[in-house]
Amino acid sequence: MTTEELELINKSKSGVAVPGGEPVQYVNELTTLNLGPTHPATHGIFQNILQMDGEKIVSGEQTIGYIHRAFEKIAERRPFYQITTLTDRMNYCSSPINNMGWHMTVEKLLDITVPKRAQYIRVIMMELARIADHLICNGILGVDCGAYSGFLYLMEERENIYEIYEEICGARLTTNMGRIGGMERDLSPEAIRKIRAFLKRYPKVLHEFGNMFNRNRIFMDRIVDVGGISAERALSYGFTGPNLRAAGVDYDVRVMNPYSSYEDFEFDIPVGKSGDTFDRYMVRNEEMWQSLRIIEQALENLPEGPYYADAPEYYLPPKKEVYRNMEALIYHFKIVMGEIDAPVGEVYHAVEGGNGELGFYLISDGGRTPYRLHFRRPSFIYYQAYPEMCKGRTLSDAIVIMSSLNVIAGELDA
Amino acid sequence: MLTNEEVAKDLIRQFGEDVYDFDDPHGLLTLSTTREQLIPMLQYLKDHSLYQISFLTDITGVHFPDDPNPAREFCVVYHLHGLVQNFRIRIKVFLAEADLHIPTASTLYASANWMERETYDFFGILFDGHPNLTRILNMDDMDYFPMRKQYELEDPTRQDKIDELFGR
Repeated sequence: MTTEELELINKSKSGVAVPGGEPVQYVNELTTLNLGPTHPATHGIFQNILQMDGEKIVSGEQTIGYIHRAFEKIAERRPFYQITTLTDRMNYCSSPINNMGWHMTVEKLLDITVPKRAQYIRVIMMELARIADHLICNGILGVDCGAYSGFLYLMEERENIYEIYEEICGARLTTNMGRIGGMERDLSPEAIRKIRAFLKRYPKVLHEFGNMFNRNRIFMDRIVDVGGISAERALSYGFTGPNLRAAGVDYDVRVMNPYSSYEDFEFDIPVGKSGDTFDRYMVRNEEMWQSLRIIEQALENLPEGPYYADAPEYYLPPKKEVYRNMEALIYHFKIVMGEIDAPVGEVYHAVEGGNGELGFYLISDGGRTPYRLHFRRPSFIYYQAYPEMCKGRTLSDAIVIMSSLNVIAGELDA
Repeated sequence: MLTNEEVAKDLIRQFGEDVYDFDDPHGLLTLSTTREQLIPMLQYLKDHSLYQISFLTDITGVHFPDDPNPAREFCVVYHLHGLVQNFRIRIKVFLAEADLHIPTASTLYASANWMERETYDFFGILFDGHPNLTRILNMDDMDYFPMRKQYELEDPTRQDKIDELFGR
């Protein structure tokens, strides 16, 4: 290449005339890239404005709130039991956990003790929901790395979990299966059979999924040492759940503040080390095994007895009773019309959601609706750390990190 | 295990008259403080060798327009959790509508950043020193704070939802 040609190239690149002989200084310009709001790899509607230096992410800024539905405001005008329908639209991958968490908050306010059988059924439902949540997260992580087959394996199992929900409450996604004071209905023999069938089949699927992914070279290259976060940083960011445990802190609400008789069951808390995407993936994988253990124990020791508390003023009576029993009809009417007041009080209750500590902060002024209800939503907390975790990585890593953080748009925006 | 009394007594020793309204609804130690003492208190709880209350669970706001004392119209609620001792505490700071300033906790906790933005977005509480106090869930050009009680959820002109008609 002659010097003249070189000069010409330099001219065209910098866009200004270069005096002959002087070296050209390239200004490293950053590219602004919009990842989202609607992007196939963001699993929801949130926008990331990334500043890219070539392939490298320099900084990022997030915009959220695209599906903000003002749940906290709506809840101020709804009787307590109607808020169930709001909660299961938050983390829609594991709606039973949200439901049960809300019911337990109200039960704490009303001082209702739920019978053991209802508690065990709740545990079974919550662990099934946790499996459904984790398997979708891990399956999608595979899809984001280009492996679609693992997702299909797991999708079939989610379908089976949804069939169990359907057997119990008639709904599949937004379940509403709990009630204040217990469950809406008992586990039918058919439901127990389906859960047992699931327990028998799922370990095989999980093994197969693990064999496909856990030591897969392409998969490992994409996720090992990607998006790591130290335990200290994760705690400062308020991480909980699998994302915190992957960083090496064994904080689990089920163990630290047991609710719904979790203290009766034996299970381990899987903990990672480096907090990278691989650890998050492995922690979720291992947690599914632990959930299977819990369900097995709960099903084995399922106590006999009623499946709802003796609190007729708050527990929506079974429909069969409403048709035959005058008292039940009166209470049904009063509860549905929101006639019954709750006591004055202030409650914070946390459950281990699919994503981490899902908290409900409730202030009651003695009316039939909450005075103030606030959801501590784990996705909202995780997503804040996203630019920091992506810094210095490539765009393809950013996709994988978001996927492994398991940010659910419904919960993020509430 | 820490007990609520121990921590409460220690905080009274440390902060004197700036902590008040002690309560423990459902076993959770609840107390109020002034906004001047808020950050020192958070720092004290975080650095204390025994408590190590270093996990910020939640920040949110509450609006009490019916409170007879105008200095207690707004409340900012902090939930903290000491993971080592498994001890939870709730700290409240009351503010008047005329002066909604409170120091930011994002200097201590990275998580406080978005929680405070959310509280600002819903209640209009101004966190002094916050790096980027803008709306987060609502539109930027919204000119009111929707979680305040004066903004009714439903159309107030509707006649079919009036409580009196239902004998409530």
